[in-house]
Amino acid sequence: MDLITPSFGLIFWQLVFFLLLVIVLGKFAWKPILASLAEREQSIEDAIELAKKTRAEMAQLKADNDKAKAEAIIERDAILKQARQTAEKMIATAKNEAAQEAKAEIEKARKSFRDEQAAAVAKLKGETAKIAIEIAEKVLRRELADKAAQETLVSEWLKDAKLN
Amino acid sequence: MSRNRTFKALAFTVLSFALSVFAAPAVFAQHEHAAAEEHAHEHGKTEEFNPGQTILHHVSDAHEWHLGTIGESHISIPLPVILYSPTKGLKVFSSSHFYHGNGTHDGFTLHHEHITAEDGSKVYDFSVTKNVASLILSVVLLLLIFTSIKNSYAKRTGKAPKGLQSALEPFILFIRDEVAKNYIGEKHYKRFLPYLLTLFFFIWINNLLGLLPGAANVTGNIAVTMVLAILTFIIVNINGKKTYWQHIFAMPGVPAWMLVILTPVEIVGMMMRPFSLMVRLFANITAGHIILLSLLSLIFIFKSAALSVVVGPFTVFMTLIELLVAILQAYIFTVLTASYIGAAVEEHHHDDHH
Repeated sequence: MDLITPSFGLIFWQLVFFLLLVIVLGKFAWKPILASLAEREQSIEDAIELAKKTRAEMAQLKADNDKAKAEAIIERDAILKQARQTAEKMIATAKNEAAQEAKAEIEKARKSFRDEQAAAVAKLKGETAKIAIEIAEKVLRRELADKAAQETLVSEWLKDAKLN
Repeated sequence: MSRNRTFKALAFTVLSFALSVFAAPAVFAQHEHAAAEEHAHEHGKTEEFNPGQTILHHVSDAHEWHLGTIGESHISIPLPVILYSPTKGLKVFSSSHFYHGNGTHDGFTLHHEHITAEDGSKVYDFSVTKNVASLILSVVLLLLIFTSIKNSYAKRTGKAPKGLQSALEPFILFIRDEVAKNYIGEKHYKRFLPYLLTLFFFIWINNLLGLLPGAANVTGNIAVTMVLAILTFIIVNINGKKTYWQHIFAMPGVPAWMLVILTPVEIVGMMMRPFSLMVRLFANITAGHIILLSLLSLIFIFKSAALSVVVGPFTVFMTLIELLVAILQAYIFTVLTASYIGAAVEEHHHDDHH
């Protein structure tokens, strides 16, 4: 029975010492220990958070870089395309202009040729008329002298005139 | 591998045997000491070895700290006897006066560790008994351990724990996260942490100290477990919220006539919780001690040292189990306290919680 009969003195001391222990440890041990633990956990959490953030920032930076690179490539391609287009256009324009100029030159040449031809024809006509008049004058003069000789002369003149 | 194991087993057996042989005179002398005492009080009965008496003597409290006996001389530490009686006032004297005489001193008599006044008046015994001395030792140890750990935290702010700090930090974190936070809840757990942590480490260290040879049986004493259980009971009930009291006096969802039966049951349940806490710790620790002592007593009952070859290893095995029980019972007491507090501070009704 002694074993299961709580003794008065031990109850008293147990109460006193245990409460003392709760109060003293609570104030001088558990409070600072738990605070340190919480602080350390917070700092670890913060560090993890920071690492996560940094990683995200790095990823963002990389994405930005990639984007900038892609944009640069697109821009380069656009510039190249434009340059090519411009060049083609210039070439086309130049070709066109050259063709037109050549055409105009040819036209001009043709025109001047025609003009000259016309002038030459006109001159020839004038000369022919002049020759014809001279021949006719000569023939008329000769007719007065010799008929046969006149004809020969005319044909000779004509021959000459053709050669002209 | 197997040779290594054989060697280990052999070494283990030899060691156990040696330990038992050395332990033998101490326990046997103890018996003589107890028998001599009996003789003094009960006038001349020559006794055989009485294992029950020896074991009870070992697990009970005493007014002196008996460490061992060599031959006829007892090695014991006398402890202060502090008595208060309404007629004689406060009396303080060494317990050696009781043990080295006829068990009477200054008008007080010590009989079977009970002090009575010769004039028949009431005596309040505040003596620093073996258990109180061991209790003080554990308090001092706890204060030393945890102030040293606190200093480690202060010195090593933000660094990894080291030494004793890193050895005990998992337990502190376990009590905080798995016991307090888990059972009481995020909102209230912080208030109860100092109590829960102190409770856990107090029970644990006293369970461990109790396993040392010649040590007291503090957590196997019903007065100690009663105080702890009553403190838990008080903390639970002064923190009881509306939901807690409602569940005791007016269980929601139960017809009114049923409450006539249910409310007394709930009130009994409320009382049974600390009672079970008290008995569980006391019985587990005391039973452990009794088993160990019974095993060793076998050697003396059969009066054969050869038996220690069997008893020795088994005692070592049981001691290892007791080491596990030491922390397990500390954990169980703490967890149950936390869950009772958790039920008391819970503010909303959760069906899944029951």
